[in-house]
Amino acid sequence: MSVLDLPTLTRILRENAGADESVDLSGDILDIPFPELGYDSLALLQAIGVIQRDFGVELDDDAASAETPREFLTVVNGGEQPSAESV
Amino acid sequence: MTAVVTGIGVAAPNGLGTDAYWRATLAGRGGLRPLTRFDASSYPSRVAGEIPDFEAAEHLPSRLLPQTDRMTRLALFAAEGAIADAGLRPEELPRYGAGVVTAASGGGVEFGQRELQALWSQGKDHVSAYQSFAWFYAVNSGQISIRHGLRGPSGVLVTEQAGGIDALGHARRHIRRGTPVVVSGGVDGALCPWGWAPQIATGLLSTAADPDRAYLPFASDAGGYVPGEGGAILVLEDDEQARARGARRYGEVAGYAATLDPAPDSGRPPGLLRTARLALDDAGIGSDEVDVVFADGAAVPELDRIESDALTELFGPYGVPVTVPKSMTGRLFGGAALDIATALLAIRDGLIPPTAPVDAPAAEHRIDLVTGAPRPARLRTALVLARGYGGFNSALVLRGCNDTTDSEETAR
Repeated sequence: MSVLDLPTLTRILRENAGADESVDLSGDILDIPFPELGYDSLALLQAIGVIQRDFGVELDDDAASAETPREFLTVVNGGEQPSAESV
Repeated sequence: MTAVVTGIGVAAPNGLGTDAYWRATLAGRGGLRPLTRFDASSYPSRVAGEIPDFEAAEHLPSRLLPQTDRMTRLALFAAEGAIADAGLRPEELPRYGAGVVTAASGGGVEFGQRELQALWSQGKDHVSAYQSFAWFYAVNSGQISIRHGLRGPSGVLVTEQAGGIDALGHARRHIRRGTPVVVSGGVDGALCPWGWAPQIATGLLSTAADPDRAYLPFASDAGGYVPGEGGAILVLEDDEQARARGARRYGEVAGYAATLDPAPDSGRPPGLLRTARLALDDAGIGSDEVDVVFADGAAVPELDRIESDALTELFGPYGVPVTVPKSMTGRLFGGAALDIATALLAIRDGLIPPTAPVDAPAAEHRIDLVTGAPRPARLRTALVLARGYGGFNSALVLRGCNDTTDSEETAR
């Protein structure tokens, strides 16, 4: 499957759940909890729906309970930690 | 315990924001137009009160856009306006000191239709996660509550086009039980095929193509009503608190009543007259103390007759000025909350807006219908009537506070 990187995830979140004006999504956010980034569980569900649709993948239920972008990307990429290049 | 209105926020087809709306309404400038939101060419009714100039992104944070129907965006706009107008800082209130009670009829039907179409045509992966609440009829109360941190007693009333009055009536109950602030009113809209079809099915919609002739309450050529989108959100507040913080008070919710019509074949009379009487009783006043009536104005001949009979019975023939400014916005699914706002503005300025574009009531309606131009009058007490499809009748008595005396004197 295609490997989802952080810029793609933030783009999907931004396009499908908006962006909190007080948060810089282009910064180092890998380990910042989603609520602090302005995204609740529904925003994640919405992103998961889009990723499944656009990337043609079936995501594990664990993706919805990921607490940070790093955890989310790790689940989506089948256990592979997000590498420096993907960030 | 007295409940007063301290803030007004309006989103209406003939004006976005309270001032724009009130200016247009006094000028008799309506907002009914041929429908543009969807292709209505195959429908028998093709005129609506659309709000033409609302760009949600200019008014709301981007986080709220993917999760809101248009009617919720309009409600959030109106709520923000009402809270700002009241000079209220919710964060300074007790944790559970402010609630939200709104009226709804349709909910986010435009959002809902889009997502259901996606479900049927493309599959479940194409349905927004926000569909889980965005089309829910209680969503406006929820979104207003979340955005402004209003954690007190909250709810939603669903009594079709009478709902705005019932919401204010219920908000007053919360004030009396000790919640100092309740954000209330109603903003709704259903200008999409899914929202349009059931209204056509009632048989009460106008089929006139000319927006200036489509919604004519009490006129001899009244031929049904035109639906509109938008409404008003009001801040209702405990009078003692309002005085203590020096808030401007538009008026008091002095009386409220609601009834349900008897079954059509019961032989018993419709409930509107009784509702008006009950609301006056609740306010502790006689009909002679009412200075103006904001009528329901269904523009369906039989329903207009029921209302003008009730008004004649209560006030005598031509006994009180009557107006239906919703003729300029269409009837709103948020249920007459805008009429409450309009009545308070009329009391403030000592001006009764006209029932534009109606020229004169039909001779059979023996009521003093205000038409043509706004009528200056010393206004202290207003009666607002509304009916909702299915037999809902609601009435609200509004009484100006002393704060408004200066403008009343000016108007004289």
